[in-house]
Amino acid sequence: MTTTVLEPAIHGDRVSLLRVLGPAHVWALGVGIVLVGEFTGWNFSADKGGALAALIVCWIVGLLYTSVAMIDSEVTSTVAAAGGQYAQAKHIVGPLMAFNVALFLVFAYTMLEVSDAILLGDTIVAKAGVEGLTHNSFIAATIVVLAWLNYRGVLMTLNVNFVITAIAYISIVILFFSVSPWTQGAVLKLNELVTPGNALPYGWIGVIAAFQFGIWYYLGIEGTTQAAEEVRSPARSLPYGTMAGMITLLIAAAMTWYVCASLMPWEYLGITYYPLWDAGKLTGSPLLENLLFIATLLAALASANGCINDAARAWFSLGRDRYLPSWFSAVHPKYRTPYRSILFLLPIALAFAFIADLNQAITFSILSGVLQYTFMSINIMMFRKKWPLGTIRRGYTHPFHPLPAIVLFCLCVVTFFAIFLGFGSQLIAMTIFYFLISLWFHFYRYKFVRRGDQFTMPWPKPQGY
Amino acid sequence: MSRYTPPEQSKAGQVFDIVVVVVAIFVALWLPLKLGLAGAAKSIDALDAKTWEALGQNPTMAAIWEKLGYTPETAHDVIQNRFHYVIDWPTLIIMAAVLIGYFVFLFRASDREYRDVISEKFDDK
Repeated sequence: MTTTVLEPAIHGDRVSLLRVLGPAHVWALGVGIVLVGEFTGWNFSADKGGALAALIVCWIVGLLYTSVAMIDSEVTSTVAAAGGQYAQAKHIVGPLMAFNVALFLVFAYTMLEVSDAILLGDTIVAKAGVEGLTHNSFIAATIVVLAWLNYRGVLMTLNVNFVITAIAYISIVILFFSVSPWTQGAVLKLNELVTPGNALPYGWIGVIAAFQFGIWYYLGIEGTTQAAEEVRSPARSLPYGTMAGMITLLIAAAMTWYVCASLMPWEYLGITYYPLWDAGKLTGSPLLENLLFIATLLAALASANGCINDAARAWFSLGRDRYLPSWFSAVHPKYRTPYRSILFLLPIALAFAFIADLNQAITFSILSGVLQYTFMSINIMMFRKKWPLGTIRRGYTHPFHPLPAIVLFCLCVVTFFAIFLGFGSQLIAMTIFYFLISLWFHFYRYKFVRRGDQFTMPWPKPQGY
Repeated sequence: MSRYTPPEQSKAGQVFDIVVVVVAIFVALWLPLKLGLAGAAKSIDALDAKTWEALGQNPTMAAIWEKLGYTPETAHDVIQNRFHYVIDWPTLIIMAAVLIGYFVFLFRASDREYRDVISEKFDDK
């Protein structure tokens, strides 16, 4: 793997984003967004298929995301521009696909941010136990304060994310070792809670259905690519940060499942909003209970923080290429952040935080995520075909091509079927929305876009054109 | 190929476009909630006898439910609220057709636009 510093995409003489981030920030961005999935969300897969189904999808979906990370690392270490998968689509597939991918990103991250804020508000309300106290003020404060943090600068934002993500992660490790995981019967009672009779209550179709929320174990790790234009060395930092993030999350997911499935019945595990906090409570240790309460809040904060960062950069990129009014492409002259995009998405996040519940917000986010992964599996095939190995300098080349792309595509198809099993109407509604907005872009909005200027990478002409 | 010069968009036109996108986002996300299309398709399989045994809970599970503050009566609606995985083939076919149609349109229309981009970027030199 080479470690060449790639030149930033050139977009005129405007003020640009700052290159101040390293691999640790990339890790903090990716894991920070995703780790909240261990604190809530993954456990709804137990609801759809039982405790054993949640474990099976933990590993199989882990394979899906390993493919995502491998593919993403190759393309993004080569297409180093803000917008991540949006910039990839623009250079490899075409403008309409890029427009859609940016919307996938904005929806996935904004809805994830909404889920995080709801979780944080609900957790505080549950802990306070005060009658009449609602989560609204906590949700509003979370979204507004984090938007302000993002407005003030990416380095501070991701430094904060690194610290709070690390604390939340360490809390899972502490919980795991505190319950004597090598001993059954004392604290953990896996064999009494997950029995042959209830391990797969819906059979194998329940396992497939569980894929939907299995996504939540890792959803958002691909967000590391949004930092492509702000890392000092994309070719080095993005693959290292993303792969380290995936390894971290696979370990956390396995520990989380083992502890939670060994402490509570699957029916409860499948509906609770706080599986790890509940696990802390069920150990009987006030210290662990409070630690996991704080960790749940920190994980939600870290995720919302990273989501604001990523959604704003995707929106900013749409403005920069005039896919949306170029007003959104302004960079703050002092803080060097896409401040108008951050401020524009703020009221949208607030509005949905007040009208959607946690389960629905998570589903919206997952739907956009899976549409994006489907694109990624096809995108890498086109990338290798248009610019075969050796024709351009890649920061990283992923092994076993095209196996990861095929695995990713197949798992996306299974996940679409899983979403159909219980949430099919939402999937159809979302797809129709994307189709209609695509028509609007293709037949109207695209006329305002400069054609050749969209292609900013210093590559040769693609093969076949 | 001659270089394409896009028309200048007025301020009012830009604001209108932003409003269109925001309205579309809200309709896409809010309408399923309003129409009751969002959320899981679950229903409660009610039991007459509300005991831990009838609910399929062994003594270890029952003890945990009680530690969590549940009785057999309050746990009944949690435990018996189940998915019923019946494959509705017409809906599945519609969903598959919508998804495939969407992706086919995306790739074909993107390719047409992409050819213009490549032509202007590389053939003008």
